[in-house]
Amino acid sequence: MTTMDLNTGPLKGQMDKLFLKKKLMNFGLPAVVLAYLTYVFFSFDVLGLWERASMENARTLVSDTYSYKTHVTRDNRTGDVTYAVEGERKGEYPEGMSPDWVTPAAAAGDTTVIDLTGGHVVRFGPETIEYDIPGYGLVSATPSRSQGVQAVLPEGEVPDWINLSKNRLAITTDAGRLSVTRNRSEVFRYFLGWELFFFTLDSPYHGVGIGELASRAVSGEAGAIWNDFWTNKMWRHSDVAWAIGETILMAFLGTFGAGLVALPLAFLGTRNFMPIRVIRFATRRVFDFVRGVDSLIWTVVLARAFGPGPMTGALAILITDTGTFGKIFSEALENVDEKQIEGVASTGAKPIQRYRFGVIPQITPVLLSQLLYFLESNTRSATIIGAITGGGIGLLLTQAIITQKDWEEVSYYIVLIILMVMMMDWFSGWLRKRLISGSEGGH
Amino acid sequence: MADLTAHAPRTVDEIRTQYADLTRRKRLYGGVLLALFIALMVAGFRTADDRNAGSFADGYQRIFDYPAEVLSEAAEKAAELPGHMVHFFPALIETLNIAGAATLLGAIFGILLSLLSTRGMAPWPALIPLFRRIMDICRAIPEIVIALVLIFLLGGGPVPAMIAIAVHTAGALGKLFSEVNENASLKPVEGLSSTGASWAQRMWLGVIPQVGPNYVSYALLRFEINIRASAILGFVGAGGIGYELKNSMSWGQGKYDEAAAIFVLLFATIVVVDQISGSVRDRLTHGNRKGATA
Repeated sequence: MTTMDLNTGPLKGQMDKLFLKKKLMNFGLPAVVLAYLTYVFFSFDVLGLWERASMENARTLVSDTYSYKTHVTRDNRTGDVTYAVEGERKGEYPEGMSPDWVTPAAAAGDTTVIDLTGGHVVRFGPETIEYDIPGYGLVSATPSRSQGVQAVLPEGEVPDWINLSKNRLAITTDAGRLSVTRNRSEVFRYFLGWELFFFTLDSPYHGVGIGELASRAVSGEAGAIWNDFWTNKMWRHSDVAWAIGETILMAFLGTFGAGLVALPLAFLGTRNFMPIRVIRFATRRVFDFVRGVDSLIWTVVLARAFGPGPMTGALAILITDTGTFGKIFSEALENVDEKQIEGVASTGAKPIQRYRFGVIPQITPVLLSQLLYFLESNTRSATIIGAITGGGIGLLLTQAIITQKDWEEVSYYIVLIILMVMMMDWFSGWLRKRLISGSEGGH
Repeated sequence: MADLTAHAPRTVDEIRTQYADLTRRKRLYGGVLLALFIALMVAGFRTADDRNAGSFADGYQRIFDYPAEVLSEAAEKAAELPGHMVHFFPALIETLNIAGAATLLGAIFGILLSLLSTRGMAPWPALIPLFRRIMDICRAIPEIVIALVLIFLLGGGPVPAMIAIAVHTAGALGKLFSEVNENASLKPVEGLSSTGASWAQRMWLGVIPQVGPNYVSYALLRFEINIRASAILGFVGAGGIGYELKNSMSWGQGKYDEAAAIFVLLFATIVVVDQISGSVRDRLTHGNRKGATA
């Protein structure tokens, strides 16, 4: 009895300790994570950010990605009416053309009638702008340079979707928007989709159906059709294609250039191929330094020397990855099987041949799989570096975001970027399988 | 015997010609690939050079001009460097916090996504492909895309960068975690389910203890990567040390000592974190191996 007590006592204590430790791990770790996230929550001032967040911006962003607007603008001084998609010069309707929902004035001084569907009709008269709103009534406004905008509204209180001041009248309805100032009157009508994606208005192929296009292409207009699409001023398809090409080029050059530079250097950093300790040590520290400096700093430094462009981006990737590859390759080289080298040497092979036939075949799978893995991740890096140095799709994306109105272009670029990265992922996986079939699975 | 050797080459000459044929074909194949690769590299560098603002031939002597300017100015004002470092330390902490919080959030979502997309563990097996695609898309989005859009919506600051990095991290870690999950034993899960444990309990008590060390090791590696990413995002307006670097650089000459201090801080942080996380990861995987054999 007494011996039993003596034995179970410490054992029980041990078990209690173990359980306590497990309990601490199970509850302590999540608690620490939670505490840290709470600290970050307050140090980043998330609550304040939530208040400052611009819902207005979010609305424009979302609505702009799936819809566009066509502006009908009347210069109140001359009475000229122009039509432009998104109000941009490159989306302007050529002289004498108008959207089919607008009945243009037959002669100067006549009325332009704009049908916003659902009974909403806006009339640009010679003097007065009228907006017929179903369920509310007729709003008319007379802009003049001396007296501002004189508006006549139906009886009753002014609803909150009408904004009226001495010099400005703005009406927002589901069908569209009208704004009248002293100098101009403007109507926006919203449409679903991305405007003029294929052809701009000055192209003869705008609004032509696919069947018709195909038959015209067969009858010898294929080149012209392609040219109009490729040089589309609104979407700049050729520039976008070049930008994507540049981004992939940066990734390709950077990755494989780094591989080429790192391979010979990696030999200098290994215990089995470099007997001189000082050189070995120095090589490794160079790798560490180059890697530690980080692509951001390299990009900044190189952009000073070469200016913006794909070359700068490619070199920044090349230099950073030389460090990474140098480290990986020299680790692979240290794990090389000596027996194969001995075997090759026993046939009387010279050093170069020993490397070529004894070493390289052993590390090729590791080397290739790493290179191809980095090719995919560098496509993403190249997008980011492009945004900083100014090259590739990253630059187009930042430019489109900075304008803060071409959100449909932003979402187009985002889709393209995601597709590009996924395609590179797929391609590098495919190549990896083809080049090293069976020698090393997956990795 | 005679039958066996009948198809094989009889003379040494025949063996030699056959072998020579084989190597020639192999060499040709390899040579064509190599030539194609070299052509691609050369053409690529020329194209990149053409489309660059300054060409490589003109610029390569100038690579070290900027570092030299920065260094000489920093050396002149060496006494002020420690002061600058103290001044920029909060920004560095912010960058580290962005990376840390993003790694944690990304890891949490990554664990969820990976458990939802591993056969045998997923509560809704039919939805496995959906969760895999979600991970693929999260992984494919470069951080800068989400960061820039969120900066427009939320204004500059650390939160857009944190969310952007967390999304990418969730995708990247989710994929690695689900590879780890594939190798985990399902027996504890079955045992737990026989006691009537809920899905969350089965995962938390049956799967996580098996894969925990690997998860932590991958998450640490990701943390190293995310520090770099968060410094870069700072450069486009998301706060932290990258933002300070951009400011001090745009001041240009006369403020290079600040830039130098930031370079040193960033470099030191990356190296130190790399070293620490490297040794921790080493210990985790080794400890894991010991546990498996015991």
